Amino acid sequence: MADADVIRLNGAEKHFGAANVEVVRLDGAEKYFGAVRALAGVDFHVVSGECVGLVGHNGAGKSTLMHMVAGTLTPDAGTIGVHGNAEAHYSVSRAQQLGIRCVFQELSLCPNLSVAENTRINHAALSGFGWRRRAADLISAKLDEIFPDHGISAWDIVGDLSIGRRQMVEVARAFTVTRDRLDLVILDEPTSSLDAHTAGQLLAFVRRFVAGGGSCILISHVLGEVLRNADRIVVMRDGKVVASDAAGAFDRDRLVTVMGGTEARERTAAQAAAAKPGASPLRVRARPAGQADGKDLVACAGEIIGLAGLAGHGQTDLLLRIFDAAARAKAGIEVTAPVALVAGDRQSDGIFPQWSIAQNIGIRSLARLRNGLLISPRREAELATLWQKKIGIRTPDMDNNIFSLSGGNQQKALFARALGSDAEIVLMDDPMRGVDIGTKLEVYDLVREEAAKGRTFLWYTTETEELDNCDHIYVFKNGRIVANLTRDELTEEKIIQSSFGDAA
Amino acid sequence: MSAPIDNGFKGSAARNAAARARLLRGLLPALSLALVLAAIAWLNPRAISYFGFSLMLNLAIPIALATIAQMFVIAGNELDLSIGTFVGFVGCVTATWLKDAPLIGVAILAGSIGIYALLGALIHLRNLPSIVVTLGMSFVWQGLAILVLPKPGGKAPDWLLAIMSFKPPLIPFPIIAALLIAAVVHFGLMRTSYGAILRGSGGNPAALRRAGWSLLKTKIVLFALAGLFGVLSGMALIGITTSADANIGNGYTLLAIAGVILGGGEFVGGRVSPIGAVIGALTLALAASPLLTFMHIPPDWQVAANGAILIIVLAARVLISRRER
Repeated sequence: MADADVIRLNGAEKHFGAANVEVVRLDGAEKYFGAVRALAGVDFHVVSGECVGLVGHNGAGKSTLMHMVAGTLTPDAGTIGVHGNAEAHYSVSRAQQLGIRCVFQELSLCPNLSVAENTRINHAALSGFGWRRRAADLISAKLDEIFPDHGISAWDIVGDLSIGRRQMVEVARAFTVTRDRLDLVILDEPTSSLDAHTAGQLLAFVRRFVAGGGSCILISHVLGEVLRNADRIVVMRDGKVVASDAAGAFDRDRLVTVMGGTEARERTAAQAAAAKPGASPLRVRARPAGQADGKDLVACAGEIIGLAGLAGHGQTDLLLRIFDAAARAKAGIEVTAPVALVAGDRQSDGIFPQWSIAQNIGIRSLARLRNGLLISPRREAELATLWQKKIGIRTPDMDNNIFSLSGGNQQKALFARALGSDAEIVLMDDPMRGVDIGTKLEVYDLVREEAAKGRTFLWYTTETEELDNCDHIYVFKNGRIVANLTRDELTEEKIIQSSFGDAA
Repeated sequence: MSAPIDNGFKGSAARNAAARARLLRGLLPALSLALVLAAIAWLNPRAISYFGFSLMLNLAIPIALATIAQMFVIAGNELDLSIGTFVGFVGCVTATWLKDAPLIGVAILAGSIGIYALLGALIHLRNLPSIVVTLGMSFVWQGLAILVLPKPGGKAPDWLLAIMSFKPPLIPFPIIAALLIAAVVHFGLMRTSYGAILRGSGGNPAALRRAGWSLLKTKIVLFALAGLFGVLSGMALIGITTSADANIGNGYTLLAIAGVILGGGEFVGGRVSPIGAVIGALTLALAASPLLTFMHIPPDWQVAANGAILIIVLAARVLISRRER
């Protein structure tokens, strides 16, 4: 029994007498990766009909813990029990049978398969005659339920879908049911690639699912999301659970304080509005391909320019065109300084998986690292060490493989690659997806610091909060600029208004 | 401020473009086949006949089967550099054991498929690069072939000769065989539920493992299928040539890889197309010797010309699919 933890269940227990039944419980879970202790004796449980919010910095052990719940990792010590029975040989397939699913942070769809075929992968029952039709019906129905007007066909090849749509498919797939039961869904950063509208649809669905007696674990770095949607919040730090309480007992500041590290800081527009050089040189003038009314995106030295709007409405395309234009002149785009890009999909577009952290950072600056015909290992190491200190990449050795880092630290390495280069213009393609709040605040500071030194940032983001850091915001819709806001004019309503506004 | 033309929702427009690009890429193999056929028809109109096709496409059947074998390996993000010498080995066994002692012959061929399956397991379990393992195996198969048949000779079993010289009415046998191979493999790999798993193992292995599928099993199945089609290829080849030679299949390794790629497959990512692979094999078979003969290229230069055609065709494919992207 978990009386100490009984939490507001939004009345769900009235309908379901089993509201306090534990779905999963871990006691004293420990996990080591080599010499690194990822989990140090964690007790964790979820009861049916509750949504548990799990927060903590990157590297706090959240993902490791969730991998254990999902059966993809086995604890080095401690026990795991599901539905009240101890599980000695817990595995992914056992977790599936017991109704536990996980939507992992790295997308786990096969890009070469259709949406229906990807659904099949998670359901052994979808086989035999007519399986394609059944799989298509199953996923379509669930997509309709969670994301009305999603615009995804079950026959679409996943690789053709935008990253936001892929995430929608991934989430919907986790909630489909065939033969096995469904009790608990782990959502690891489920909204990281979704725009505000679809993220809202998903979270509303999660509440409905929980009200119907299901359970969810919600991991998100958007603290507001967790505060609004979780019944109970568990905070992790350094491989331990440091707080577990009803969601109502937390507010944003307390969460950030408990998570530790960077102290709570509310960024206000006024604070960031440092003196900007009045007439600084033009760095970028770009017009989206479909822009018919002559609106341009203009960025000057020292400016931070935000690209807003719903996900996949041409922001990334424009960034990539600007990037191309830096190397080869392009009609409608003027670029006057070297450019670096921080990719949004770091696994496929950002990281060289076989390389060390130092090599991953140095690749954009090879000209400077050269010694004759060869790369000087000393200069490469110097550059890496400088940025390790400056941006706080947490690793014992920069010569380790890039994959030894947690997701947030990998992203920091990619920032170091761009900021450590000679690029005066840095394009950011929603790079903070799935990065913890501490890392974010550090990077925001760095971006402002670099902008003050005269660098120009073009920053596409799906998180409205991040736009507070920008001097100027362009809102995109259907591949065109539909609004052009200064920081003072910026409000969430304004952006939503422009994103959904007039032209259908 | 509203533009006169609205292209609809950006995401779906981009997706339609991607789907269109994929469709075009899918048509590309058929297009290159049509091009080669047109060239042949122009050079020698009489070749476009029942008899002409039977003759020109005769060797296309073993090439198509070897290409399918290679395609299964490529579907799992691996590469088989031993398929050519394996086909040669199978040919030697077919022309000797399978005729003289059918039971032993069948056992040897079945065992060789088993070895392919074991190679798949080895590559997966030890995390070895398939190129290295299969390159090593190619010498093993070659050596075994020479042991079985030290000098050219042997004879194909009569039943095999009968099958390969079958003359159906109206449509030449090689075309029917190609259609049949394409249809069967397309159904098995693209339409069955386990086929989706096999392709998924090339697309995102980690996702498959997380969903509880055994990657060891998918790799074993893919390599066993490659072995099976390699055996079929070797038998079909001997059914046509009637006798064997230990080096008979050596050129097939490259032809098979080129056929898969020409047919719209990609080296990584589980993107393969059985129908495309068969068409790619037919194109290569036609471009290999009939086209060159009609162009009056002396035999001494045919091998080099063959390579040149391969490079041109594959380069065209890469160019076209890149433009679409």
